[in-house]
Amino acid sequence: MSQSKPTAVSRSITAQTLGWLGEAPQAYIFLTLYIALTALGAFLNQRSLPIFLLFEASLLLIFYARIPAKPKAIFCGIVLLVLLPVLGLRNAYYLEVATQVGIYVALALGLNIVVGFAGLLDLGYVAFYAVGAYVWAIFGSSHANEFSAPGNLVVAAIGLLAAAPGATLAYRGIRRVAGEDRLPRPWGALLPWAVTIVAAVVLYRLAWLILGPGLGSVGRFPLPAGWFFPFLLIAVGAAVLSGILLGTPVLRLRGDYLAIVTLGFGEVIRVLSKNLDKPINITNGSQGITPISRPPLLPEALMAPLRSFFSAIAGRPLLNADLYGFYFFLLALAIAGVAILVARRLDHSYIGRAWTAIREDEQAAIAMGVPLVRMKLMAFAAGASFAGAMGMIFAAKQTFVNPDSFTFMESIGVLAMVILGGMGSIPGAVLGATIVTVLNLQVLTELSLQLSALRQSGGLMPLLGIPWTQFPNQLEPAKYQRMVFGIVLIAMMIFRTEGLLPAVRRRLEIQEALHGDADAAGQPVKEA
Amino acid sequence: MTGSLPRKLRELFLPLGQIILFVVASAAVMSAIVLALAFLLRGSRADSDLLVGVFALLPQTLIDGITLGFLYALIALGYTMVYGVLEFINFAHSEIYMVGAFAGAELALTLQSLGLLLVIPPLGYVVLAVLVGMIVSGALAVTVERIAYRPLRNAPRLVPLISAVGVSFFLQDAVRLFESFHRNAFYLTFPVIPAFDRRIIFGAIPTATGGMIDVGISVKVIIFIVAAILILIGLNYLVNATKLGMSIRAVAQDRPTAGLMGINVNRVIALTFLIGGSLGGAAGVLAGIKAGTIDPFFGFIPGIKAFTAAVLGGIGNLTGAVLGGITLGLLEAFVASYLTLFTRGALPGADYAAITAFLILIGILIFKPSGLLGEQVGHAGRRA
Repeated sequence: MSQSKPTAVSRSITAQTLGWLGEAPQAYIFLTLYIALTALGAFLNQRSLPIFLLFEASLLLIFYARIPAKPKAIFCGIVLLVLLPVLGLRNAYYLEVATQVGIYVALALGLNIVVGFAGLLDLGYVAFYAVGAYVWAIFGSSHANEFSAPGNLVVAAIGLLAAAPGATLAYRGIRRVAGEDRLPRPWGALLPWAVTIVAAVVLYRLAWLILGPGLGSVGRFPLPAGWFFPFLLIAVGAAVLSGILLGTPVLRLRGDYLAIVTLGFGEVIRVLSKNLDKPINITNGSQGITPISRPPLLPEALMAPLRSFFSAIAGRPLLNADLYGFYFFLLALAIAGVAILVARRLDHSYIGRAWTAIREDEQAAIAMGVPLVRMKLMAFAAGASFAGAMGMIFAAKQTFVNPDSFTFMESIGVLAMVILGGMGSIPGAVLGATIVTVLNLQVLTELSLQLSALRQSGGLMPLLGIPWTQFPNQLEPAKYQRMVFGIVLIAMMIFRTEGLLPAVRRRLEIQEALHGDADAAGQPVKEA
Repeated sequence: MTGSLPRKLRELFLPLGQIILFVVASAAVMSAIVLALAFLLRGSRADSDLLVGVFALLPQTLIDGITLGFLYALIALGYTMVYGVLEFINFAHSEIYMVGAFAGAELALTLQSLGLLLVIPPLGYVVLAVLVGMIVSGALAVTVERIAYRPLRNAPRLVPLISAVGVSFFLQDAVRLFESFHRNAFYLTFPVIPAFDRRIIFGAIPTATGGMIDVGISVKVIIFIVAAILILIGLNYLVNATKLGMSIRAVAQDRPTAGLMGINVNRVIALTFLIGGSLGGAAGVLAGIKAGTIDPFFGFIPGIKAFTAAVLGGIGNLTGAVLGGITLGLLEAFVASYLTLFTRGALPGADYAAITAFLILIGILIFKPSGLLGEQVGHAGRRA
């Protein structure tokens, strides 16, 4: 877990800090002090962005600290599960930002599998996110009532078809993470069976709900909120299915062609979601679908004490609606955590090695017996599954989806996160997602606010002497996300192709390609 | 390429004849297909005669398709030339095109504010605007190549592509930023030139609802098509009959060997970007004049479609880019007008036309990745 060798750039920037973080007792004291001070600062001064950013940076310091994994996890847990929610209950926007970070972390990790691990550039990644979002949007709202009986059958058939890969994935995933060898004797063998039976019962129940006694009658939808979690499986399955559908025909293509085709696929999904309000109204066109039901909170008996507890923290009475912010934060955090776990395990499995082989030399990989098509499809499917799950959370969080949420810019935004952190690097993807999201949601927004405040104050610009009121009001930093993404992509490609927190192997590959010298990669590289 | 004068003339005008022949032939084929379809489905409509309806839409559809086709052809040439030389998809080319349109609009608005716009002859204005667009876009393309692509020339394939995506996004917002400061609005509208908005009417044909509809073509469209053809002739001359063209083709065939033969490879690559970029700029100005209003994001979709056209014709192949562009333009125009008619508005054609382009792209890449005419630059076979 600990970063063994900080690279030259980060060393020069953070030499002093890393020195403090270098040894165990010192590092504990420093981290505790830092976290306590920034958290206290953010708690006392809730509108100050710099202090909150410093607080957020504590996670990075924890990552860099050279301490064993367990204390690291404890520090992370305190920051993410105790301090951040407390701050977030006081200032709901912080929690919103943290939730968005969680969502984008999972998306970046998913894209990282496709782009970083397998080396397939996917410019239409947001399509899978859209698939996941629309799956829940349609059935989690009253929209599905619009289907006539035959339409319903078709939709249900597609849904159940989508559930199959989802169930398979869950089954295999659970087997892999908590397989036979990891659990005590009888349970290890029983677990897969239990999963299969539970999945079968859930699917049967769902099919009954959609197709059962009230077939064609009005008012059966939205599905009861409790179906949110089983539906996660279906959303994942639908995304995986669309990943495979896209992947099958295009996998023979060269890398750059693949990029353009995935871009086209992303646009096709967006245009379809905009136009499939006729002949059958599936997506309700550009108006989008609302309201979408949210997952259930706990039963009221448990909820009441929790609410009063959180109200005490927040310093004001909280309604269930306020608590949903916290709830979705936990949900996004949980899925992001699962995503990190899955990505790490995939990376270190034979699948991950096969992806590396394909990425480095496709011909050699084929010659060594790597099943090319299966592995590429698996990369697409795995990447898509993260996006599908997060899409569903997004739909439930916003209670509204429309095609505008799934533009090409979103795909590039996620790509920028992966590139910034470093292709193929899991900590990199997390860092990239956090930096870009915080930049977009907090820094740029803050700049916009400051600018409009200046505009209203009527003062003069420093140096120029022009009144701020003449400053063009078109110029809202918050609207210049494209420029941010563009600069990130160009600058990273030119100056630091391997990313901020590079994966070691990837760095060697890129240096080898750029300088044509495999052995010199570890040593200082001479510029040509 | 020192040939006799008749040979040079043939070099110049033979491709032109081929293109015009191709336009006429593909337009005729597509018209025949829709008419046949309408004839077969004639009995299915009680309220209106499908055949008459199809026929009434045909002239406008053809004009739209050919205009769109030449637009895609002009943009696609930029993609295909760069691809031929570097095997690299210049993703930012759609923004080079957009910047050209903005340069033309800025010129027009400046002329207007100086009161010169209606004084100079309209054709002079078009030529001036196109030239300005070409210069600005060409210079921008060279700059982008120098800054964002050249340092990455030996990197893995995806690295310059990602950089190009970044350039594309950067340029969109850079133009928006510039125009926000400059004019406090990022939408620009070309000033109206009365002479251009005239329509030349040839006659009238009956519509399905019993009325009559004019058959005509607006002056803007004529200017667009004529300018596009002139530019294509110029490019053909440049690539096939000059020393510069020969060095471009040499670099495209084999870069290291061309370097050994004393060709300055970096210069040739920069020139390729210059030519491709200025073609894109010219297309941008012409499209801007035709459309009227432009915004910093209006290059993206035509860019992707033009790339599709380049792939359709065989990427790296100049004639292929033109043919691919025209085919795609006609197909899109036909889908846009007839899908709505044939499905009774259930599927809005204008929206599904965009999907058509992508489906064609996916289909071509899967079944015939080398495109209609194969991958090559100019007249020279590139790959063994």
